[in-house]
This record gives sequence, structure tokens and C-alpha cells, in this order.
Amino acid sequence: MAALRAGKTNNEADQPSSPVLRFGADKPLKLDAGTLLSPFQIAYQTYGTLNDARSNAILVCHALTGDQHVANTNPVTGKPGWWEVLIGPGRIIDTNRFFVICSNVIGGCLGSTGPASTNPATGKPYGLDLPVITIRDMVRAQQMLIDHFGIEKLFCVLGGSMGGMQVLEWASSYPERVFSALPIATGARHSSQNIAFHEVGRQAVMADPDWHGGKYFENGKRPEKGLAVARMAAHITYLSEAALHRKFGRNLQDREALTFGFDADFQIESYLRHQGMTFVDRFDANSYLYMTRSMDYFDLAADHGGRLADAFAGTKTRFCLVSFTSDWLFPTEESRSIVHALNAAGASVSFVEIETDRGHDAFLLDEPELFAAINGFIGSAARARGLSA
Amino acid sequence: MSVNGSQRVDLEVVANLIPPQSRVLDVGSGDGSLLELLQDTKQVDGRGLELSQRGVNECVARGLSVIQGDADKDLEFYPDKGFDFVVLSQTLQATRNPKLVLDELLRIGNRAIVSFPNFGHWRVRLSLFVKGRMPVTQDLPYSWYDTPNIHFCTIRDFVNLCEELGATVEKATALDAAGQKIGLSMPWWFWNFFGQQAVFLLKRN
Repeated sequence: MAALRAGKTNNEADQPSSPVLRFGADKPLKLDAGTLLSPFQIAYQTYGTLNDARSNAILVCHALTGDQHVANTNPVTGKPGWWEVLIGPGRIIDTNRFFVICSNVIGGCLGSTGPASTNPATGKPYGLDLPVITIRDMVRAQQMLIDHFGIEKLFCVLGGSMGGMQVLEWASSYPERVFSALPIATGARHSSQNIAFHEVGRQAVMADPDWHGGKYFENGKRPEKGLAVARMAAHITYLSEAALHRKFGRNLQDREALTFGFDADFQIESYLRHQGMTFVDRFDANSYLYMTRSMDYFDLAADHGGRLADAFAGTKTRFCLVSFTSDWLFPTEESRSIVHALNAAGASVSFVEIETDRGHDAFLLDEPELFAAINGFIGSAARARGLSA
Repeated sequence: MSVNGSQRVDLEVVANLIPPQSRVLDVGSGDGSLLELLQDTKQVDGRGLELSQRGVNECVARGLSVIQGDADKDLEFYPDKGFDFVVLSQTLQATRNPKLVLDELLRIGNRAIVSFPNFGHWRVRLSLFVKGRMPVTQDLPYSWYDTPNIHFCTIRDFVNLCEELGATVEKATALDAAGQKIGLSMPWWFWNFFGQQAVFLLKRN
């Protein structure tokens, strides 16, 4: 929590507590918005060792508010990595066997160039002067990171939600560089309902008087209330009604009776307020605007003449898609339409729908069936790739 | 979607029809037995389509490439001649529209392999004739009211359907109650009477 609160600027944005790869004027990042981003930097973490054949690399793509700290203690929150249940020595994705890379996406706020980073032209944070970043831009930057490691073909690219969008973009843009792809709880496009929720979040941020048109760092303030509201609204979409009901019902928070006021009488209110408050300690408000926008703009079929199958024409990548029955942000139908497109493209594809009442966020939780599917898929792909156990 | 729980003697017969390294789609892949057999013994590039999500999840956990889907609805998403072989084993009788499904198999695969329980088998005929009740046998273990099998046919019926769809029967095998192949020299009526299951290798010209 120190990182964002420490000063007027976000230290983690420029000097992250993880390795950083910097690209100078000779290697600009070409953006979908039509401009070049230069210089720019990518912050990342790696786990395990790259083998001599450079064939055991797994790229993990993080979700909307995730970061590169997938399997180590997060330096900002002090909490375990966001996928530590899955990735580590002896885990399903065994870092004794695989070389795992996770980078902070471009537009993020934990060390890759984003709106909180210092704009070299002005010496101040970019704010809204940063061009809008797309999922494809993020993947383009990741690809430059993979080049840096001398990895020609990734053994696997995996991720959930926004991370899953990146997986699909990887498989579509660089099919020859992706041996296997594991998109989880995601879609080939953002639905209008999803865009609607994101717009509510963005409007909450921008309505906060401390937002100052995105130049809040210069005023020494941050739109914490707006960002917290955005997070509260979004957080509801990550859960399911059944899970909320099971966990909270209409239980009261630390009191015997209703107060007939607007305090957090109900446990669910208190829970959401807590989620909102802890979020502003670790995330930058402008970055939230950019990240949500990148997901809204994502439409893989539209990028390929309206036919999703064309996004995967001739692919040799092995796919496994996973969805959750109670996910209403990316319902199973979204995954199924990708599966149909992959079938039409003649791709090798597996598809698992997991029955759970934990909603969209199930991909971050200890879900045995999810782990079994990932384990089976990675294992058979490793055999096909000739990777020894 | 594999419907009948018997020992599946037909799997070996099906596997023997498929050369190594073929591209195979197994429609109604059930618990993945056939795909696993083909992968282990023939190094095929195998895919499966299976109705039950539980079956699919188990297959994927075992490293097989299987998706959840319905033969009646989802075959349309596969490209023409996308596979060397499309297998439909013990599933045809459970489809809503067997003719359409068979047509799709012949479109998607260079060859189609179809196995099904023969409703013309003497036990079936006898059961209906003597007891006057819908037959329940080892291969057809369900009662009439809870069976997933909705379109039974006999070997003769199936051959007629193939003709109607312009499919050539390249090979056919009938298995008797003991799972033994019935001699090739035997006439159709013999097969139709003594074959408990049949396996057909089909091609559309």
C-alpha cells in the first residue's frame, strides 16, 4: 500500500519492484490508435528456468486489475501472487519444469508504461495524454518481451478474463509462436452489457472532483472515491447472486438491528466498501480507465472481416477453453462461439465448462475441476511438444 | 454420448479400420476410450465431441482434445473434409435426426465409420414376438420409457439409408452376441439376423 500513497506520483509505475525491460527510440511500440509509443517499458516477473531448446516457456496474461506478480508476494499489497494456487514449484504449472513469464500490460500501473508513468516529454505523469491502448497493443509489447528472451515459440499462453482476450489475440496474431493456448472465462469480444458496466465505472472515476481531468497527481490528490465506486460495481459482476447470497444473505454488519440510516448496515455493503477501499491503495484510476477501454474495444471477429473463424485460419495451436456456469460477465456461450469458430478453422480444441456458483472470479480460486482440466491439457501438450516430465 | 454401457467390443473393430497418424473426429466420444486407444496405438490426431459435460471434463483432464457438443446441432461448425475419419460409435440411434447426422459425417470426413446396435437381431425380434414387449438386451439395456435411443434401425435399414445418401459401403462388419465377427461371405439377411452390432466404413463418392 506504500507504493501509491507514498508520494504525489506512483513510484511503482516508473521504478517497479520487478525486472523492467526498456525500449528506446529505436524500438517504438506501434499502437492501434495510429501513433507510436516511445520510449516505453515493460515490467515482468519470471519463475523457473528456460531450457536450452527454449521450448518450455509459458506466458501468463493477467486480468483487468492484475499485475506481473502472479506467483510471488505482491510488493504493493503484501498478499500472495494472484495465481499462486496454480503456479509454483510442484504446482499444476510447475516452475521446476516450466519457465513462467508474466508481464504487467501496457497501460497498467505497476511498471509497464501506462498513464501513471512519467511522460518523458513533460516530466509529468502521462494522464490522458497516453493514447488509448488496445488488447492487441498489449500483446504486441509482450511479443517484444518474448523476443528479448530469445523465445521463438511459447509452449503455452494462458490467462483469464482480460488475460484470456490476450491469449486469443496471441493465438490469432502470432499463431506460429503459440504452441498451446488456454483462454479462461473470456470472450472474443466485449458484450454491450460488459461495456455498460465499464462505462459506469469510468463515469464514477471521472465524476470524482479529485480526478481533475486525469491530472490528479499534479494536484497531489487521487480520485479515490470514484475509483472505489467503480471497483464496487465491477466486483458485483465478478461474483454470482448465489455466491453472494451464500456468503452474505441479508446479514447485518456488527449490529443487532437496522439503523435507519445509510451506514453499512448489511455485511454485503461493508464487504464492497472494503473491496473499493483496498483497491484504490493498489491501483491507479487512469489506468482503470485505459484497461476497461481496452476490453471494450476488443472484437476479434471485427478485426477479421466479421468472421471469427478467419481469426484462426490455418492455426496449428492446440486450444483449451474453460468457462464457468455462474459467470454472467463471460457466460459459457461466449466460449462456445469461440469453440465453433475454432472448429470451423479446423483447430485442435478442447472445451470445459465447470459447474460452480462462484461466478466469473472462479478462475482465481481453488477450483479442482479447473486445475484438472489445466493439468490434463498442459500435460498432453507437453507430451506433444516433446517436453519431458 | 456413448449410449450403451456394454464392453464396447466394437472399439477394436473401429480402431482396426484407422491407419496410423490419421486425423480423427470421434462424435459421441463418451469417456474417451476410443480416442485414447487410437492415440496410444495409432498416434492419431484425435478430437472428440461429447454431449455430457462430465464426460468432456474427464476426457480433457486425461489430456484428450474433446469439446462439449450435440451431434444433432454442432456438426455444422466443422469444415468439409476436415478429418480423415469421422467416427460415430453407438450413438446414431440416440440422435434426433440420424439422416442429417450421417450426411454431416460424410461431409466432414473423407471416410465415416459408424457402429450401431442392430435392431434386427434375432433376440430383439424374438423378444418382441414372444413377450410382446420392447426388448432389453445386453446392448440395449434400457427400458422403452427411459432410453436415450430414439431411432433404432436394423442393418438392412442402415444400408438403405446409405444408398439414399449416396454413400458407398467400403467395409462392413457384424458382431455376434459374443463379439465375434460374422463371416464376410454371409449374406445380408444372415448379418441382419445374427449381428448384434454392426460397424460400417463409408465413403461418399
